[in-house]
Amino acid sequence: MFEFLDTLVNHGFMQNAIIIGLLASVACGVMGTYVVVKRIVFISGGISHAVLGGMGVAYYYGYNPIYGAVVSAIVAAVVIGLVSVRYHQHEDTIIGALWAIGMAVGILFIYRTPGYSVDLMSYLFGNILMVERESVYLLASLDALIVILVFLFYKRFLSVCFDEEYSQLQGIGVVTTYLLLLCLIALTVVILIQVVGIILVIALLTLPAATARYYARSLIQMMIIASLLGAVFTTSGLIVSYEPNLPAGATIILIAGLAYLFATASKGVASRFRGHRDRSATP
Amino acid sequence: MSQEKAVVEIDQVDFAYDGDLILQDITLAVGEKDFLGVVGPNGSGKTTLLKIILGLIHPLSGKVRVFGRAPERSRHLIGYVPQHADLDSSFPISVMDVVLIGRLGKAPRLGGYGKSDRQAAEGAMQEVEIYDLRNLHFGTLSGGQKQRVLIARALVGMPDLLLLDEPTTSVDGRVEQDIYELLKRLNDKVTIILVSHDVGFISSYVKRVACVNQRLTCSATHEVTGDVVEACYSGPVHMLKHTCKL
Repeated sequence: MFEFLDTLVNHGFMQNAIIIGLLASVACGVMGTYVVVKRIVFISGGISHAVLGGMGVAYYYGYNPIYGAVVSAIVAAVVIGLVSVRYHQHEDTIIGALWAIGMAVGILFIYRTPGYSVDLMSYLFGNILMVERESVYLLASLDALIVILVFLFYKRFLSVCFDEEYSQLQGIGVVTTYLLLLCLIALTVVILIQVVGIILVIALLTLPAATARYYARSLIQMMIIASLLGAVFTTSGLIVSYEPNLPAGATIILIAGLAYLFATASKGVASRFRGHRDRSATP
Repeated sequence: MSQEKAVVEIDQVDFAYDGDLILQDITLAVGEKDFLGVVGPNGSGKTTLLKIILGLIHPLSGKVRVFGRAPERSRHLIGYVPQHADLDSSFPISVMDVVLIGRLGKAPRLGGYGKSDRQAAEGAMQEVEIYDLRNLHFGTLSGGQKQRVLIARALVGMPDLLLLDEPTTSVDGRVEQDIYELLKRLNDKVTIILVSHDVGFISSYVKRVACVNQRLTCSATHEVTGDVVEACYSGPVHMLKHTCKL
């Protein structure tokens, strides 16, 4: 703990890591809530894995992979969104294919890039301690964009997630709203990749929100609780992993996963206890 | 009562889904302040008929007019009450927020709902007597309460036509009666089309009954005889093909 605090005070990389963890918490709390209530975990998984394609291409041509990630995340969100609207019956198969194609493209480009390609691992599993200050500013602006757009479209997103058919009757562009939602999820994925890598993105996107759902009575409450949980998970993951030199991303997800399982179990016990009490109350 | 202005006009409509003919040669006219009950066995195409009137799906052939226009262009005049079982009851949303969705088309495009939207929602909730439930989680309500919330959501847009899909499924007889009394009261102001698989209760509240089983048979309530209903439920009806006008 002292070693961690010492590093935090004296080294920029740990400050960056903490800041990115907090930025990621806001994004995953807000957008993860939509992913959980709209049940689009698989679609989000497709988007996040397809992102590797864009990162690989950017890396090959010598750009910061994060820009490739932004572009490919948006493209993937629109393509996968349209697939899920048009080909609803074969949705999972087509998304599975796009998921794999994106990753394969990324791996090929990274492989063909001359030089030392240790980066592949850090894209897949994240390396929050290696993120530069420049990326911090970019991620902060993505975060701001997400929060502003969610504020502006809050009631539309809520209505499309809860009752698509009725939203359509209200004259809302349901498909456009859905695609916008997926694009914001895609931007969130880009932020989260910096923290935990592509493989574990879905966990960070869904676990805080899924845990928050047990305690929230409205969407906005769920977003706030999920963001706070995200902040606790990322910060404690960084602290716990630092001294034993464990991978930060995996540690964060392990903590989040355990918290979710604990919440699920305690909720189950509570409702069983309530059921028991109700039964014993009725003669 | 004036029946001159046609609210819904359906003329020789066929509808098929995946090659199966669901509705065949449907002709129906519904006038202002009418209260039409649409009955028929499960899978007879009742809900399909409602969705055609809403313009959510389009017929294979035939003509549909709602308030003299294409259904899509009259949606702001229609309030729709779907089956509440189709909604996710674990979704974290309050009663107030469900009702407000009915104002989405009229509310400001960006940001939150305006004061007038909230007032309209409160008014609608008072009208169907669920104002006290406004801060509760929608999923925790009983079937009858959920139904009232969805009726309030339909009313908050100030519709001239109210469409209800099985509003009394999964509620007990007492609540069912309450809901029909409420609809009868609302019928002073709006035209109502109600779909139900249950012929019993419906005939004492509605003004006309239409039996759907791929084809449609229409009668004034007092003319509904056992024969008509039996014919509807036991199979396709061949002898009846007429426009219903009172």
